Amino acid sequence: MSRRAELVLALLGAAAVVLLSWAVPWLRFVLTIALAKGVAVLGILLLLRAGQVSFGHALYLALAAYMAAFGASRIPDTLLLLPLAGIVAAAAGLAIGLFVSRYRGIFFGMLNLALSMVFYSLLEKFYAVTRGADGLRVPATTFGGAALSAEGQSWAMLCVALIAAFGSGAFVKVYLASPLGSALSAVKTRETRLEFMGVPARLVLLAAYVLSAFLAGIGGVIVALSTRHVTPALAYWTTSGELVFIAVLGGAGGVLGPFLGAAAYELTRVYAAALVAEAWQMALGAVLLLVILFAPGGLWGMGQALAARRRPA
Amino acid sequence: MTALLSARGLKLAFGGVKAADGIDLDVGAGEFLAIIGPNGAGKTTFINMTTGYLRPQAGAILYDGRPILGLAPRRLVTLGIGRSFQLPQLFGEHSVAENLALAIAAREGFWSPFRPLMRPVWRDEADEVLARFGILDLSETRADALNEGARKLVDIAVAVALRPRLILMDEPTSGVAGADKMAIVETLVRVLRDAGVTAVFVEHDMEVVGRFADRVAVWAQGRIAALGPPDEVLADPAVRRDVIGIDPGEDVHAAA
Repeated sequence: MSRRAELVLALLGAAAVVLLSWAVPWLRFVLTIALAKGVAVLGILLLLRAGQVSFGHALYLALAAYMAAFGASRIPDTLLLLPLAGIVAAAAGLAIGLFVSRYRGIFFGMLNLALSMVFYSLLEKFYAVTRGADGLRVPATTFGGAALSAEGQSWAMLCVALIAAFGSGAFVKVYLASPLGSALSAVKTRETRLEFMGVPARLVLLAAYVLSAFLAGIGGVIVALSTRHVTPALAYWTTSGELVFIAVLGGAGGVLGPFLGAAAYELTRVYAAALVAEAWQMALGAVLLLVILFAPGGLWGMGQALAARRRPA
Repeated sequence: MTALLSARGLKLAFGGVKAADGIDLDVGAGEFLAIIGPNGAGKTTFINMTTGYLRPQAGAILYDGRPILGLAPRRLVTLGIGRSFQLPQLFGEHSVAENLALAIAAREGFWSPFRPLMRPVWRDEADEVLARFGILDLSETRADALNEGARKLVDIAVAVALRPRLILMDEPTSGVAGADKMAIVETLVRVLRDAGVTAVFVEHDMEVVGRFADRVAVWAQGRIAALGPPDEVLADPAVRRDVIGIDPGEDVHAAA
């Protein structure tokens, strides 16, 4: 798919998001969360390119979300809070990445899981600081100094999420085309050769890991500032699993996949929960099973295959 | 001829098997040295020791006069030592040109996320290297879709794109069908000679050895059993019996 076609699709998607948010006001929040998760899943996609699956990226999402919750009283502006919390998540990603980038496959996945569960316990147990399982309320934030009404705030968060989605999507696209991004699949297939080109495979993975932590952090801040409430559940392994789920559902082939996956996931969740209250997870499970069995490229791959079939005719 | 690579008293045993039992060898700058010998004689072990994958229990390896034992493969690449592999190590999901461009990027600056891998200068250089190997037409092919002969050539092209002074090749022609084999070796030798690269290669095909090596080293049980110009070494009855596995009565050069 050409870069131009992808941009057009992204713009169409953004227009659809805005239109839906206007027509069905309660979807505005759902779509903001979907975009935030899409940003976090972009990071998962980078790791998937290197053949690695992290079952612990909720750690970075939750870390940034809590940073936003704590920071909002001192730095009450969204436009400052967002990059700051992202950088904190990236710094944590660097510290942890130095360690986990030595491992591959199941060890990489499980180490990430273990660390995120440690963080989850800390959030739960240090009640005096974190209010435990009750979580923290996030104060309302301003946007470039402007305080907004509740309605304005929700539109502003949607805009922030859209801009973050475009920014991170464009950056990841550029990154994947660079040697550093191209070498990710080399980590998956041929580390030996990479080393014998003079490139340390570990650093290639570490760079992607730090970027993925940053993206998870950005997603986390948007989640925190939109829901206005953070709980340890954000760091629980099911949240990490959800990110991987969305990555597989959307497909790792392109930067639009994560957003497609996140939108499908959140919308299915909302509607399925309304229709079959107790069985919505089963519905999602069935969808994932079908994707894995019949469309390993995810929704994005499915769309591309359809487009390719239509072109020659 | 000054030595570019010198091995002194290399020893390495795996359990009871002596893969290197006192290897002394000098490879001159610009020389093509073939290593022959039966399976298990320690040929690949020598390559692996020289390229930083295995550490001998005793001895030293000097490259350009400096000791290199203990340096990681990564460091050796920056010193100008390249290698190709018995089983080609290509990035299967990437095109041939991208495989080359990654090598060029590794040499020129790998770490900027804002420089595309396929930027024109790197692309052109990748194509130029492929053209030297006569496989420019494969440039867009995915590496995992190549046939064995082409994979071997691309694997060596990747090593050459790193601009080495010394290249070690582990069986550059194994797995390649007879007719293609000579063509591949012709190309290889031409490209390496043009680039002024010193080459050490493990080879089983005596026709290839006889035609392209300046000197031949015969490996046997971790030692160098014979060393010299190909016509001399390959004519040695003991070498012919033990290594090549033919009756001393036959003429090895009949085919060549």
